[in-house]
Amino acid sequence: MSDMDMEDDGSGIVKKFMFLNRKAPHGTVYALEGLEVVLITAAFDQDVSLVFTDDGVYQLMKGIDTKGIEVKDFSKTYRALEGYDIEKLYVDRTSMEARGLTEDDLIVDVTVMSDDEMKNLMAEQDVVISF
Amino acid sequence: MQFGILVNEGPYNHQASDSAYLFARTAIEKGHKVPRIFFYHDGVNNSTRMAEPPQDDRNVTARWSKLAEEHGIDLVVCVAAALRRGIKDELLAPGFRISGLGQLVEMGIQYDRLVTFGD
Repeated sequence: MSDMDMEDDGSGIVKKFMFLNRKAPHGTVYALEGLEVVLITAAFDQDVSLVFTDDGVYQLMKGIDTKGIEVKDFSKTYRALEGYDIEKLYVDRTSMEARGLTEDDLIVDVTVMSDDEMKNLMAEQDVVISF
Repeated sequence: MQFGILVNEGPYNHQASDSAYLFARTAIEKGHKVPRIFFYHDGVNNSTRMAEPPQDDRNVTARWSKLAEEHGIDLVVCVAAALRRGIKDELLAPGFRISGLGQLVEMGIQYDRLVTFGD
């Protein structure tokens, strides 16, 4: 986390950054390394939104236990996002329901969105980074 | 227009870095600027000068170095992702440097577009 020390680029510009989390939390490193970018972006005082879609909704699932696969469980980081002023968390309803999940299965408070709402939110962004 | 490019996959196994290279080269040919390219996740593996692909194949790393030299592109490799994968300063091909994720966020803030190449 050494690069957390660096903050804004001095320009004072605030852009809307959306992070599109599409992958399951484990199996690939995208979710874990993606979170690092989210935290750094917040440290630059940018307007950060997180979207969980496709298998990305599994990142927020309660009861994740990684002991069996011997990798780091970083799911508690999602609970800590509020401390970094990251409060805009969105879940794609279609993806959530297709996986048999409801909001009660998730570890943080989120806004569940329809495909149309998601499309509009995405169109408002300056930067969309997909992991 | 100024384009920032994010490369999230290593060379050869995925087409992402080939596509990123072709996009960058074409954007420059069309008169756009590509001031910086950022390498993250397995994308950091694009930077090692130890790679020796067969003679009849493209050399992805050498190709990045050449493009950077010709057009003054800043090739930035994420330090945390690099160290995790054994990429260190002494292994870097010409034109690459190791730095923090702040360099990626800066591209998003300062440039007109940030384009991601990954799976």
